[in-house]
Amino acid sequence: MELIDLTLIWVGIVSFAIFMYVIMDGFDLGVGILFPFAPGDQARDDMMNSVAPVWDGNETWLILGGAGLLAAFPLMYAVMLPALYIGVFLMLAGLIFRGVAFEFRFKARGNRHLWDYSFNLGSTVAAFAQGAVVGAYIQGFNTENMQYVGGAFDWLTPFTVMTGLGVVVGYALLGVTWTIIKTEGEVQAWAYRLAPKLLATLMLFFLIVSIWTPLAHERVMARWLDNLGVLWIFPVLTLIVAATALRALMQRKEVVPFLCTLLIFALFLLGMAISKWPYAVPPTYTFHEAASDPGSQLFLLLGFLFVIPIVLGYTAWTYWVFRGKVSGKTGYGH
Amino acid sequence: MTELDPVLLSRIQFAFVVSFHAIFPVFTIGLASYIAFLETRLFVTGKKVYEELAHFWTKIFAVVFGMGVVSGIVMAFQFGTNWSVFSYAASNFLGPVLSYEVVTAFFLEAAFLGILLFGRHRVPPGMHLFSAFMVAIGTFISSFWILSANSWMQTPAGVELVNGHFHMTSWGEAIFNPSFGWRFAHFALAAFLTGGFVVLAMSAWYLLKGTAVESSRKALASTVLLLAVLAPLQMFVGDMHGLDTLEHQPVKVAAMEGAWETRQGLPLLLFAIPSQSAERNYLEIGIPKLASLILTHDLDGEVKGLKEWAPEDRPHVFTVFWSFRVMVGIGILMIAVALTGAFLYWRGRLFDTRWYLRVCSMMAPFPFIAVLAGWFVTEAGRQPWLVYGMLRVEDGVTPSLTGWMVLLTLIGYILVYAAIFAAGLYYLSRIMRAGPHAYPIKADDGTGRPKRPMSAVDTAIDDDLDKKAPHRS
Repeated sequence: MELIDLTLIWVGIVSFAIFMYVIMDGFDLGVGILFPFAPGDQARDDMMNSVAPVWDGNETWLILGGAGLLAAFPLMYAVMLPALYIGVFLMLAGLIFRGVAFEFRFKARGNRHLWDYSFNLGSTVAAFAQGAVVGAYIQGFNTENMQYVGGAFDWLTPFTVMTGLGVVVGYALLGVTWTIIKTEGEVQAWAYRLAPKLLATLMLFFLIVSIWTPLAHERVMARWLDNLGVLWIFPVLTLIVAATALRALMQRKEVVPFLCTLLIFALFLLGMAISKWPYAVPPTYTFHEAASDPGSQLFLLLGFLFVIPIVLGYTAWTYWVFRGKVSGKTGYGH
Repeated sequence: MTELDPVLLSRIQFAFVVSFHAIFPVFTIGLASYIAFLETRLFVTGKKVYEELAHFWTKIFAVVFGMGVVSGIVMAFQFGTNWSVFSYAASNFLGPVLSYEVVTAFFLEAAFLGILLFGRHRVPPGMHLFSAFMVAIGTFISSFWILSANSWMQTPAGVELVNGHFHMTSWGEAIFNPSFGWRFAHFALAAFLTGGFVVLAMSAWYLLKGTAVESSRKALASTVLLLAVLAPLQMFVGDMHGLDTLEHQPVKVAAMEGAWETRQGLPLLLFAIPSQSAERNYLEIGIPKLASLILTHDLDGEVKGLKEWAPEDRPHVFTVFWSFRVMVGIGILMIAVALTGAFLYWRGRLFDTRWYLRVCSMMAPFPFIAVLAGWFVTEAGRQPWLVYGMLRVEDGVTPSLTGWMVLLTLIGYILVYAAIFAAGLYYLSRIMRAGPHAYPIKADDGTGRPKRPMSAVDTAIDDDLDKKAPHRS
């Protein structure tokens, strides 16, 4: 096994699962975040219909992230979940309310607005909690003897509130650019109007995080300053992608803004990974220290190599089946 | 007021969340197979009645599955939040097993459920049928992995414990651990019985009301015959599972039987009030020697009593004893109902024996109660161990937890689940009351684009079903 660093492979796989989750559930959570601002009930119907056939599969990536962490980096699982105890509960409660809204909303007429709230608040709370988790990860965790020893609210700081809000805005941007692809007419026009504002807000958050993180964490600062010769590419690329997205929005392109938003998220995640490498449980344990037995990593890896391509295949197929616009007038009639 | 105990509260929280979650998959596993059966009949015969049934039960499936999914997500994280020491200790085994469940089952179910619910007119009929099978198969793959994990906690194998950390010695022995086979069979049959009795109850109810007569007759006849085979079979499998438990977890069986003393010719207790502190039963009523006969196939066979184990190593006898009796009692009731139905079918009286239809229509809650009771037997019977004989419950809890954190989230989960359960039941009862006839399937509208049919999730049901708005059926 000396030839292959299994742990490194698993860093790649878990990162991939988290990235898949963020971009896939990101846009359907974003649809929920945008719900109250949509122009009318028909628009809400369309937006919800655009994600109804796929949201369940999207959210499965989150469960894979959790189970994958337990399998490959159990120390991360066993330290982070206790540390984020209250935050995890809020996220789960949010996901529950938002998940059942898909089923219940269309079955309710008299109290449909309750499920609108449920969908919106659930999505927003879940997105915020996920953003706070990212912030808490950057902050690091108090550990002793491979166990979390801090309090229930150590994770909740001004910094994590900011990252939480940042992710809410980011998901909203994913949601609005998705809506541009999947709708037409009035809804789409509304989405085109909203997207640049969200993009600008996200860039503002990006700026704040980029300044705040190195200032608050010496190690991150050192990492970026020491490698400035290479790492300057990240902020520059992010700005170029954002500018491309803005131009595409102005030109009323449908798919490019969504793809650009995905790229922005990829750059964020990569940037964060570079800042914290090689720590799985910052600031104490590295990925190698947090890893499970090589036998377990290998046992699962062999299965993944075979199964994940199949999963990606039929997931892509379902997206293909439900391609095209949703609209009360032409496509998805009820 | 003593300090809040995070271990006790975590146990309550876990029991609550799992119990709540368990009732959904146990129903959807059986129902998914029934829908696959209906879709197959529809594909082969092209008869409208199967389309009506498939469409109707898919609607119900969607609501129940949705509630199962959202409550199940909690489980993936609760191991870590409340039982981090256990999670870490058992991660080498549980991590890969749970991950395999996600990639082999959850993705399959989610992707093909989308096609099943929304794709009837977007994919060819064969593809739609295929999706129904994939969903059904996915539910079984999922229960395979989760029962393997649970079974391993009951009868751990293929591992060695070094410094509080489990290391794998054999994947085969760990996954197919000693109690896995019968446990899985017992659970799979329970899922079929649950789905079957719900379909049976609803069909009988429609026949009593005189609605959807043709489809309800078809559904009633097929489920009665299936249940008449499966319900007695379950008794056999349950018995084998019990013998297996006697071999590997004898203290659990002693608690099930309410046996304190080791003795030959153990009576089968029909009623008793076991007392943990007095180490005896009050008000015993039993059938002499029957428990020995069942457990050892010998009237005078010796069965170990609870006193063979130290008091701190015994499960809570009252819980295990009575949960077991509830489960078996309902099992016998189910056998009686199923066999009576098969007899009536044979005599050609199944559809017009009104008292029988009335009994059937009340059967829906019982399999759920039996499943929960059975789950209490096996889980409470495992106490005080998390991993039987290797890791105790109090040693597996998250050290940083404080009692109020667990209490707060416990109350939170209860409120959240109560809200969605109430709403779910309300919408389910509306769909069921409306019946299969209320949901005709719209064909393509001829605009040249695939038009989504009436799907499982898009029908308003809390207003007049007969006066549907034209754009929203």
